Amino acid sequence: MKMNGAQILWECLVREGVDVVFGITGGAIMPVYHELPKFPIRHVTVRHEQAAAHAADGYARATGKVGVCMSTSGPGATNLVTGIATAQMDSSPIVAFTGQVPSAVLGTDAFQETDITGITMPITKHNYLITDVRDLAPAIREAFHIASTGRPGPVLIDITKDVQMAEIEFEYPKEINLPGYKPHTKGNIRQIRQAAQMINEAQRPLFVAGQGVLISGAERELRALAEKAQIPVVTSLLGKSAIPESHPLCLGMGGMHGEAFVNHALQEADLLVGVGARFDDRLTSTAETFAPKAKIIHIDIDPAEIGKRIPVDLPIVGDAGNVLRALIPLVKRASHKEWLAQIDEWRQDTYARDILLRETDEFIPQYVIRNIWEATEGQAIMVTDVGQNQMWEAQYYLHERPRGLITSGGLGTMGFALPAAVGVAVGRPGEPVWVVAGDGGFQMTLQELATVVQERLPLKIAILNNGYLGMVRQWQELFFEKNYSGTPILGPDFAKLAEAYGIPGITVEEKAQVPEAIKQALETEGPILLDFRIEREHNVFPIVPVGQPIDKMIRRPIDS
Amino acid sequence: MSAIPAKEGFSRRTLVALMEDKPGVLSHVVNLFRRRNYNIESLTVGHSETPGISRMTVVVYANDAVVEQVMKQLYKLINVVKVSDISDDAAVIRELALIKVHAPSSVRAEIKQLADIFRAQIVDVSRESMTIEITGTEDKVDSLIEILRPFGIKELTRTGRVAMVRGALHTNGNT
Repeated sequence: MKMNGAQILWECLVREGVDVVFGITGGAIMPVYHELPKFPIRHVTVRHEQAAAHAADGYARATGKVGVCMSTSGPGATNLVTGIATAQMDSSPIVAFTGQVPSAVLGTDAFQETDITGITMPITKHNYLITDVRDLAPAIREAFHIASTGRPGPVLIDITKDVQMAEIEFEYPKEINLPGYKPHTKGNIRQIRQAAQMINEAQRPLFVAGQGVLISGAERELRALAEKAQIPVVTSLLGKSAIPESHPLCLGMGGMHGEAFVNHALQEADLLVGVGARFDDRLTSTAETFAPKAKIIHIDIDPAEIGKRIPVDLPIVGDAGNVLRALIPLVKRASHKEWLAQIDEWRQDTYARDILLRETDEFIPQYVIRNIWEATEGQAIMVTDVGQNQMWEAQYYLHERPRGLITSGGLGTMGFALPAAVGVAVGRPGEPVWVVAGDGGFQMTLQELATVVQERLPLKIAILNNGYLGMVRQWQELFFEKNYSGTPILGPDFAKLAEAYGIPGITVEEKAQVPEAIKQALETEGPILLDFRIEREHNVFPIVPVGQPIDKMIRRPIDS
Repeated sequence: MSAIPAKEGFSRRTLVALMEDKPGVLSHVVNLFRRRNYNIESLTVGHSETPGISRMTVVVYANDAVVEQVMKQLYKLINVVKVSDISDDAAVIRELALIKVHAPSSVRAEIKQLADIFRAQIVDVSRESMTIEITGTEDKVDSLIEILRPFGIKELTRTGRVAMVRGALHTNGNT
C-alpha cells in the first residue's frame, strides 16, 4: 500500500501498541499531525514541549510501556531536551519524534532548524536523523526495541519534513537488524553460584534494591529471596516500592537523606547485594568511604554500571528477575538474628527521634505527607518534584505497590512532577495519582494545569509551599553561612490560580486543617489543588554533608 | 603526546572497535570520549574486511579501571559491534607520517641517506623541499622527525595508530 512518511509513522506506532502521544504541533511536524485523526491514537496536547517529554516519561514509568512524545523542529525540539535528559538518567523508555526542516535546506540555518540529533547525542540511548522515507519504518521499529529492552532509555527520531510527505510502498519491517545491540539478560551461572555462596556465608548481608527491580518486574523474586535468607532491603530513591515498605525487612531509602539506621546498616554490612541500582553518589556519598566492611555483589543489566563508581567483588550482568530467580534455590535459609536485632536497635533510636512524635503546632511538611499516606493507605501513585518535597515524601510515604513513586532521581529536574503526573494519570486511569511539589518547582511547569483540565485528569496536587527554593536554602543555612542568596521566591495565590484554570483550590494555613483538606481532596472527583503553607525554614533531616561518609549525618535535633 | 604527565598505573592502551558504517557513528564515539572525559591520544577509522563495518583503532591514556569503562561505554553505543583491548597482545602497530622537509640541493643527499636508514620513502621532491613517507611504530616515526627537525620541517601529518593482532586470531574473535 502506498503511504507517505506521516502515515507510516502513525501506522508503525499503532503496530507498536502505542495508544497515546504527548506533544505540540508546529511547522516542521504539520504533515504528521495532518494524518493523526485517521489513526486510533490519543493525542494529549501539552502547553510546553518539556511537559510532553516528562508526560511520556511519567507514562512509561507508571505503565512499563514506551512513552511517546512529539514536537516540531528548532525550539520545539530543544524544549524536549530537559525531559529527554531526565528520562536518560532514570532509564525511562521513551521515543521522541521531532520534525525537521526539509532535507534540501538541512544545514543552512533554516527557520526553526536545530541540530537536535547532535544536541541529544549524549542524553539519548540512541537517535536517528531520517532524510529518506525508506529508513523511517525500520528506525521506528528499532527505536521501540532499543528504548524498551536492556537498560531502557530515550530514543529520538528526527524526521525531515520532506520525508513526512514522501510516498512509498509501505512494508512493515519484518525484523530488527542491530548487530551491535544484544543486551545480556541471563546472568552467568558460575557467578550466580558464587553469589549464592557469598550470601550463604555472610553474617550481615543487605540488599540494595534500585529501580532495576521495578523495571524488570522482579519485586516478587526480591521479596522471596529476602524472606528466605532474612536479608534486609535498602532501596535507592527510585528503588522505593520495589518491596512493600511496610515489610519488616524493608529498611527504606538510604543515602544522603536516608534514615540513620539505614545508613548504619549500609556501613556495617559485610555483604551488599546491589540489584538494579547504580550506587550513585546520593546513595553512597564519597565512593571510598562507602560500606567499608562489605564485599559487594552487583547485579545489573548494564555492564557499564558495574565498577563505574565503586569497586565490585562479584559482577553479574543480567536482568534482575532472571538472576534473582536463579539465586533463590541456591541461597540457604537463614535467620541473621543478631544482624536484624542490631538494625532494629538502630531503628528504634531513629523512630524515637521522629519529628511527628513532637507535640507542636508548627506546620511541618512531614505531617502533610504522613496524612496523605494514611488517607491513601500507601496505595497512591505519588509523583514528586525535586528538592525538600521529594525527600519528605520519600521519608514519610511508605509505598505498598510497585511503581508507586515517580520522581526525577538522577537529573533532579524541578518542574517534573505536574507534567509527569499528566502522563501517569493518562497511563493509569482510575487510580489515585498525587502530585507533591514545592512552590519553586511547581512554578516551573504550572502551565500544565490547563492540560490537566483539558484531559480531565483527576490529579490531587499538594504544594508544600514555603516561599523558598527550600533545599538550596537549607544548604545555605547549614553550609553557606545562612546567606539566602537567590532562594526566597514569591508565588501566586495557588488556590486562586487553580481556580482560574477551573480547578478547585484550597489554601491550608495551619496544621489542624490538614486532615480535612486531604479528605476533601479525596472526595473531589476531578483535579484539586491544595496549597500547604508550611513552616518556611524547615529542614530535611538527616542530611549527610557532601564529602562525608553516609553514617556521619546531621541528625534530626531532639527536643530537650 | 608526551605532554601528558605520567600517572601511576596509566599507560597508552590500544583498543580496536568494529562498528556499523552508518552516519553519525563516529560522532557518537567521539562524543562519548569527550563526555566521559577519556583521554584520546589517537584515533583512526577506516573500512574493515567486512563491508558495512568500519574498524577504529583508538589509543587512550588510561589505567585498567578506565580502560574497562571505556570498553563498556563503547559497547553501549548501539552501532558498535565489538571492542577489544589489544594492548597486551602481540600486535603489529603502525603509524604513517608524511614529512615535508626544507631541502635545498646541498642537503638532499644527506636527507636521502637518513630516510634510507629508516626505510622511509621520498615521495615528492621540489626545488626547496622533499616529502618523506615513513611507516612504522610511533617511536620510529618520532625518531625520524627528530632527526629531520634541524633541516626545517615545513609540514607534517601523522595518521595515528593502526593495529592488528599477530597470528591467526582475529580481532573480531574468530580464527
